[in-house]
Amino acid sequence: MKNKLLAGPYLLWMVVFTLIPLGIVVYYAFTDSMTGSFTLSNLAKIGIYLPIFFRSIGLAAIACMICLVIGYPVAYCIASVGETWRRFLSMLVMLPMCMSFLLRTLAWVALLEDTGILNHALSLLGIGPLPLVRNNGAVILGMVYNYLPYMITPLYTVILKIDPKLEEAAQDLGCSGAQVFRRVTLPLSIPGIVSGITMVFVPAVSTFYISQKLGGTGTVLIGDVIESQFKTAYNPNLGAALSLILMVMVLICVGVMNHFSSDDIGEEMMPL
Amino acid sequence: MKRFTRIFTVVVFLFLYLPMIVLAVASFNKGSDIGAFTGFTFRQYGELFRDSTLLPLLGNSIIIAVVAALISTILGTMAAVGIHNMRRRPQAMAMALTNIPMTNPDIVTGVSLALLFAFAGVMLRRNSIMGFGTLLIAHITFDMPYVILSVMPKLTQMDPDLEEAALDLGCTPVKAFFRVVIHEIMPGIISGALMAFTMSLDDFVISYFVYGPNFVTLPVEIYNYTKKPLQPKIYALFTLLFLVILLLMVLMNLLQLRDARQRQIRKGGAS
Repeated sequence: MKNKLLAGPYLLWMVVFTLIPLGIVVYYAFTDSMTGSFTLSNLAKIGIYLPIFFRSIGLAAIACMICLVIGYPVAYCIASVGETWRRFLSMLVMLPMCMSFLLRTLAWVALLEDTGILNHALSLLGIGPLPLVRNNGAVILGMVYNYLPYMITPLYTVILKIDPKLEEAAQDLGCSGAQVFRRVTLPLSIPGIVSGITMVFVPAVSTFYISQKLGGTGTVLIGDVIESQFKTAYNPNLGAALSLILMVMVLICVGVMNHFSSDDIGEEMMPL
Repeated sequence: MKRFTRIFTVVVFLFLYLPMIVLAVASFNKGSDIGAFTGFTFRQYGELFRDSTLLPLLGNSIIIAVVAALISTILGTMAAVGIHNMRRRPQAMAMALTNIPMTNPDIVTGVSLALLFAFAGVMLRRNSIMGFGTLLIAHITFDMPYVILSVMPKLTQMDPDLEEAALDLGCTPVKAFFRVVIHEIMPGIISGALMAFTMSLDDFVISYFVYGPNFVTLPVEIYNYTKKPLQPKIYALFTLLFLVILLLMVLMNLLQLRDARQRQIRKGGAS
């Protein structure tokens, strides 16, 4: 067939609105904001922002691990119930993804504040207001809460595809329940784990809203810095340099993750 | 063990839905403080429908999501067919291009498009070209990969003989596509379109960098709102949207379930 040309408009679109914009980011990253001449000073500023980069990576990695530990049993449970329940539960996992994450994050602020709902409930028990918000823990909670569905969905899709006969065979051959899980179920779910980690890590490491609302002065993330360079401080050259570093870092992380699984990311995200 | 995972799952679902319950309760609150329930009222819902700013913004969000989903479904489906028929190497390159907006952090996509549009504004000697057009371009850009990734597997699963048979029976390639191929890949097209629609409807990060003051979407306005004290009628809007989406999802599920059962019955009858 000669209908390869059908991809033409799409490829042209992606070159103009994906590749060229990234080229412009590179151009800005290497030019001076005043004179427009070539400079490495924007990228050299990474030294100042290194602790913020490390904090972003650290918090996102912790959130990722928590999502995996919480998400795996849930995905396993959804995959193991009957068809009607399975459809209903996977729908309940996807539903929060369609609702405004801004408002849902604000609801957490209302829950965690010093005068908030949880502290109010605790004070009835005689426990006195705990500092639940404006710290690293609250930011991690916000990340876990917002991105947990992105972990459960690919895990569920992969676990559902595992042939139950394999697990039965392992059992027949004398494996205990834990051994079946460790030797059969877990290795077969690796594509889902890899895709889940990517889907949680990338938005978590680059977030700025969660840290703005649930974090404090000590939890500024790299997303906050980039956002402020474009919206308030107006230094797009520095913002572009930080975006470039963030992008390269994410690409390396995703590349390393994909090394563990030959599947393309995104494929497990298509449960509809 | 099984019992433990079930209880655990229930707890996780409570965790996922706790903030939504808080917002729904707040929408019936007499007081304006989300943290203290002072009395039951429907007042927020009344105010929401009299409000002249929130509903038009929701309208804007829906317009952008529908138009972006429509265009990206058409372009994306065409692209998927085209890429499917490519040789190995160009195919791998096209898929790598598709993966860029999927892997890139949203903030980087937003920033890069903002810089492109700023540059285009300078070229066109206009102060700012940010508005409906730039928002639509951005949304189509991040929607299309979802369509392609959901149509591609259907094309690979399809029996290539079907299309050849149609061609042998005298169909032109265009006719063969519309009479045979499109029916085979329809589930992929529909799920891609739905995915694109929901992604657009709720997108905040990318929109935030490319919107203009004369065309604002609901998520962007909510963000700008939250710098000022939040108006409680927004909780009423959230609760209504939640019910609409829940209803749509349940409906879609029932349809899928009926479809699956019918297929099973048909299979059972044939054997």
